[in-house]
Amino acid sequence: MAELNISERQSGDVTILDMDGKITIGEGSVALRSAVRRLLEEGKKKILLNLAKVGYIDSSGIGELVSSYTAINKDGGELKLLNLTQKLQDLLTITKLLTVFDVYESEADALNSFK
Amino acid sequence: MVLEWPCLFLVTQATTELRFASRIEAVDQAATAVAEFLSAAGVSEDVIFGVDMAVREAVTNAVLHGNKLDETKFADVSLRTSPGTFEITVHDQGQGFNPAEIPDPTTEENILKTSGRGIFFMRNFMDEVDWTINPEGGTTVRMLKKL
Repeated sequence: MAELNISERQSGDVTILDMDGKITIGEGSVALRSAVRRLLEEGKKKILLNLAKVGYIDSSGIGELVSSYTAINKDGGELKLLNLTQKLQDLLTITKLLTVFDVYESEADALNSFK
Repeated sequence: MVLEWPCLFLVTQATTELRFASRIEAVDQAATAVAEFLSAAGVSEDVIFGVDMAVREAVTNAVLHGNKLDETKFADVSLRTSPGTFEITVHDQGQGFNPAEIPDPTTEENILKTSGRGIFFMRNFMDEVDWTINPEGGTTVRMLKKL
């Protein structure tokens, strides 16, 4: 089984990536990077990452979230995060990245927040 | 006694030594071994989570930045418990670095950098972290967690 499984669905012009597994150095980080880069190439610039089933993330995974955020912003898009586990929320708090990312607990609220 | 992965492991009641070839897979292997070691010692899941984070970052630094994924070089990991503490050392065969030169990843100018948070996590999740540049080569990081 892959370290990180990513499934894609569409709600209007927002692409939701449902992620299941670990975002860690190696396969997990690469899978996230590939998915986001592919969406940008397809012109899909409004991306919501559903992290409800991401049980683990390391500094490489956090770096990949930041990299995705800056790549999407640079392309005129928006990246938002949905359903952080408590541990992931704690990691984003201590790294102060919770002040950078737009984070939601409700998918409807997240979808409505896109411009 | 040092054993080469996947030969786990000789253990005294409170000490284990492991050796990993410098591959990314070593990060998961080391973290799994440490979690099993701590679980067998009755350490709580919350503490294991934090130690696991720190171990992954230390082994990543050893195999990736220290040994530069040169599989002829090893990361040697030593685990030890004593009453009230858990100590881990990770030794690589790299050129070494100055931890004081690693910038704070939480400052405004660094917050959007895509790397540089590993040592921050190690310091955050462990009670003591220090590095030794060995005269005969390589770097050893020692991390201690109060249990």
